Amino acid sequence: MRARKALAVGAALGSAAGAVLLRRRSGRRRDRAELYFDDGSLVTLAQGSAEAERLLLHARELLAAARG
Amino acid sequence: MAQTADALAHLTEISTQLETAVVLDREGTVLGATIDDDDRAGRIARAALELFRAAGEQGEQELVQLDVALHEGTVFVVRDGDRLIAAATGLQPTVGLVFYDLKTCLREFGEPAKPKPKPKRAASERTTTRKKKDASA
Repeated sequence: MRARKALAVGAALGSAAGAVLLRRRSGRRRDRAELYFDDGSLVTLAQGSAEAERLLLHARELLAAARG
Repeated sequence: MAQTADALAHLTEISTQLETAVVLDREGTVLGATIDDDDRAGRIARAALELFRAAGEQGEQELVQLDVALHEGTVFVVRDGDRLIAAATGLQPTVGLVFYDLKTCLREFGEPAKPKPKPKRAASERTTTRKKKDASA
Protein backbone atom coordinates (compact mmCIF):
# COMPACT_ATOMS: atom_id res chain seq x y z
CA MET A 1 0.00 0.00 0.00
CA ARG A 2 2.83 2.36 0.94
CA ALA A 3 4.77 1.45 -2.15
CA ARG A 4 1.73 2.21 -4.31
CA LYS A 5 1.32 5.60 -2.69
CA ALA A 6 4.99 6.43 -3.22
CA LEU A 7 4.71 5.36 -6.84
CA ALA A 8 1.68 7.55 -7.39
CA VAL A 9 3.37 10.57 -5.78
CA GLY A 10 6.51 9.94 -7.84
CA ALA A 11 4.51 9.72 -11.05
CA ALA A 12 2.64 12.91 -10.24
CA LEU A 13 5.86 14.79 -9.48
CA GLY A 14 7.50 13.43 -12.62
CA SER A 15 4.66 14.49 -14.88
CA ALA A 16 4.55 17.94 -13.27
CA ALA A 17 8.28 18.39 -13.85
CA GLY A 18 7.88 17.20 -17.43
CA ALA A 19 5.07 19.67 -18.04
CA VAL A 20 7.17 22.54 -16.71
CA LEU A 21 10.13 21.57 -18.91
CA LEU A 22 7.90 21.21 -21.96
CA ARG A 23 6.32 24.58 -21.36
CA ARG A 24 9.71 26.25 -20.94
CA ARG A 25 11.05 24.70 -24.09
CA SER A 26 8.02 25.59 -26.22
CA GLY A 27 7.90 29.08 -24.75
CA ARG A 28 11.52 29.85 -25.68
CA ARG A 29 11.61 32.60 -28.28
CA ARG A 30 13.55 32.01 -31.42
CA ASP A 31 15.72 34.70 -32.93
CA ARG A 32 14.19 36.16 -36.06
CA ALA A 33 14.66 38.93 -38.61
CA GLU A 34 11.89 41.01 -40.18
CA LEU A 35 12.67 42.82 -43.41
CA TYR A 36 10.44 45.58 -44.77
CA PHE A 37 10.69 46.40 -48.47
CA ASP A 38 9.82 49.45 -50.54
CA ASP A 39 6.62 47.93 -51.96
CA GLY A 40 5.26 47.24 -48.48
CA SER A 41 6.17 43.57 -48.45
CA LEU A 42 7.52 41.94 -45.30
CA VAL A 43 9.87 38.98 -45.15
CA THR A 44 10.35 37.13 -41.85
CA LEU A 45 13.33 34.84 -41.44
CA ALA A 46 13.39 32.61 -38.40
CA GLN A 47 16.42 31.09 -36.73
CA GLY A 48 17.40 27.84 -38.35
CA SER A 49 17.29 28.83 -42.00
CA ALA A 50 20.55 29.56 -43.82
CA GLU A 51 19.37 33.05 -44.86
CA ALA A 52 18.46 33.94 -41.29
CA GLU A 53 21.74 32.71 -39.78
CA ARG A 54 23.78 35.15 -41.88
CA LEU A 55 21.62 38.07 -40.80
CA LEU A 56 21.58 36.97 -37.16
CA LEU A 57 25.38 36.86 -37.18
CA HIS A 58 25.62 40.50 -38.32
CA ALA A 59 22.87 41.49 -35.88
CA ARG A 60 24.75 39.89 -32.97
CA GLU A 61 27.89 41.79 -34.00
CA LEU A 62 25.89 45.00 -34.06
CA LEU A 63 24.37 44.36 -30.65
CA ALA A 64 27.74 43.40 -29.15
CA ALA A 65 29.31 46.61 -30.48
CA ALA A 66 26.37 48.67 -29.25
CA ARG A 67 26.79 47.31 -25.75
CA GLY A 68 30.56 47.73 -25.76
CA MET B 1 27.12 69.29 -36.95
CA ALA B 2 24.91 70.93 -34.35
CA GLN B 3 21.90 69.70 -36.30
CA THR B 4 23.22 66.13 -36.06
CA ALA B 5 23.61 66.44 -32.32
CA ASP B 6 20.14 67.99 -32.04
CA ALA B 7 18.49 65.13 -33.95
CA LEU B 8 20.21 62.48 -31.84
CA ALA B 9 19.58 64.35 -28.61
CA HIS B 10 15.91 64.55 -29.53
CA LEU B 11 15.89 60.83 -30.34
CA THR B 12 17.35 59.77 -27.00
CA GLU B 13 14.92 62.12 -25.29
CA ILE B 14 11.78 60.72 -26.91
CA SER B 15 12.74 57.04 -27.19
CA THR B 16 13.29 55.55 -23.77
CA GLN B 17 13.67 52.05 -25.20
CA LEU B 18 16.71 52.98 -27.21
CA GLU B 19 20.15 52.03 -25.88
CA THR B 20 22.43 53.17 -28.71
CA ALA B 21 21.96 54.71 -32.15
CA VAL B 22 24.38 55.52 -34.95
CA VAL B 23 23.64 57.44 -38.16
CA LEU B 24 25.71 56.48 -41.17
CA ASP B 25 25.82 56.93 -44.92
CA ARG B 26 25.66 54.15 -47.51
CA GLU B 27 29.42 53.76 -47.42
CA GLY B 28 29.40 53.13 -43.69
CA THR B 29 30.79 56.51 -42.64
CA VAL B 30 29.52 57.52 -39.21
CA LEU B 31 27.61 60.81 -39.37
CA GLY B 32 26.55 60.90 -35.76
CA ALA B 33 26.08 58.70 -32.72
CA THR B 34 24.55 58.69 -29.28
CA ILE B 35 27.87 57.40 -27.91
CA ASP B 36 31.19 59.24 -27.66
CA ASP B 37 33.34 56.22 -28.52
CA ASP B 38 34.25 56.63 -32.21
CA ASP B 39 35.68 53.12 -32.47
CA ARG B 40 32.48 51.55 -31.16
CA ALA B 41 30.35 53.74 -33.39
CA GLY B 42 32.44 52.61 -36.36
CA ARG B 43 31.97 48.94 -35.46
CA ILE B 44 28.21 49.47 -35.13
CA ALA B 45 28.12 51.23 -38.51
CA ARG B 46 30.08 48.44 -40.24
CA ALA B 47 27.90 45.69 -38.76
CA ALA B 48 24.74 47.65 -39.62
CA LEU B 49 25.83 48.15 -43.21
CA GLU B 50 26.68 44.47 -43.65
CA LEU B 51 23.39 43.48 -42.06
CA PHE B 52 21.44 45.86 -44.28
CA ARG B 53 23.23 44.71 -47.44
CA ALA B 54 22.76 41.02 -46.63
CA ALA B 55 19.09 41.62 -45.82
CA GLY B 56 18.60 43.56 -49.04
CA GLU B 57 19.49 40.44 -51.00
CA GLN B 58 16.41 38.68 -49.61
CA GLY B 59 13.96 40.66 -51.74
CA GLU B 60 13.63 42.09 -55.22
CA GLN B 61 12.48 45.50 -54.01
CA GLU B 62 14.67 47.95 -52.16
CA LEU B 63 14.94 47.35 -48.43
CA VAL B 64 13.55 50.18 -46.30
CA GLN B 65 13.96 48.95 -42.75
CA LEU B 66 14.59 45.85 -40.67
CA ASP B 67 14.54 44.61 -37.14
CA VAL B 68 16.23 41.55 -35.71
CA ALA B 69 14.98 40.15 -32.42
CA LEU B 70 17.67 38.27 -30.52
CA HIS B 71 17.66 36.67 -27.09
CA GLU B 72 19.84 39.48 -25.77
CA GLY B 73 18.04 42.41 -27.37
CA THR B 74 16.75 43.83 -30.63
CA VAL B 75 18.56 45.69 -33.39
CA PHE B 76 17.05 48.05 -35.95
CA VAL B 77 18.30 49.54 -39.21
CA VAL B 78 16.24 52.16 -41.06
CA ARG B 79 17.09 53.87 -44.36
CA ASP B 80 15.99 57.28 -45.56
CA GLY B 81 17.57 58.30 -48.86
CA ASP B 82 21.32 57.93 -48.59
CA ARG B 83 21.35 57.76 -44.81
CA LEU B 84 20.82 54.89 -42.43
CA ILE B 85 20.30 54.72 -38.73
CA ALA B 86 21.21 51.65 -36.69
CA ALA B 87 19.94 51.19 -33.17
CA ALA B 88 19.92 48.68 -30.34
CA THR B 89 17.21 48.20 -27.72
CA GLY B 90 16.49 45.80 -24.91
CA LEU B 91 14.22 42.78 -25.17
CA GLN B 92 10.76 43.06 -26.72
CA PRO B 93 10.61 46.75 -27.56
CA THR B 94 7.54 48.40 -29.08
CA VAL B 95 8.75 47.84 -32.62
CA GLY B 96 6.41 50.29 -34.37
CA LEU B 97 7.29 53.07 -31.98
CA VAL B 98 11.04 52.53 -32.34
CA PHE B 99 10.74 52.56 -36.14
CA TYR B 100 8.76 55.80 -35.97
CA ASP B 101 11.33 57.47 -33.71
CA LEU B 102 14.24 56.36 -35.89
CA LYS B 103 12.56 57.61 -39.06
CA THR B 104 11.81 60.94 -37.42
CA CYS B 105 15.46 61.26 -36.39
CA LEU B 106 16.67 60.52 -39.91
CA ARG B 107 14.29 63.08 -41.38
CA GLU B 108 15.54 65.70 -38.94
CA PHE B 109 19.02 64.89 -40.19
CA GLY B 110 18.00 65.61 -43.75
CA GLU B 111 16.30 68.91 -43.05
CA PRO B 112 18.23 72.12 -43.68
CA ALA B 113 19.38 73.86 -40.55
CA LYS B 114 16.72 76.14 -39.16
CA PRO B 115 17.81 79.77 -38.97
CA LYS B 116 18.06 81.04 -35.45
CA PRO B 117 15.43 83.64 -34.58
CA LYS B 118 16.73 87.16 -34.53
CA PRO B 119 17.16 88.48 -31.00
CA LYS B 120 14.61 91.07 -30.09
CA ARG B 121 15.94 94.51 -29.65
CA ALA B 122 15.73 96.05 -26.24
CA ALA B 123 12.94 98.52 -25.69
CA SER B 124 15.37 101.35 -25.30
CA GLU B 125 16.82 100.67 -28.74
CA ARG B 126 13.48 100.79 -30.41
CA THR B 127 12.63 103.81 -32.39
CA THR B 128 9.20 104.86 -33.24
CA THR B 129 8.29 106.95 -36.15
CA ARG B 130 5.55 109.36 -35.56
CA LYS B 131 3.84 111.14 -38.28
CA LYS B 132 4.29 114.81 -37.99
CA LYS B 133 1.09 116.56 -37.63
CA ASP B 134 0.17 118.51 -40.60
CA ALA B 135 1.17 122.08 -39.91
CA SER B 136 -1.95 123.36 -41.57
CA ALA B 137 -4.17 121.36 -39.21
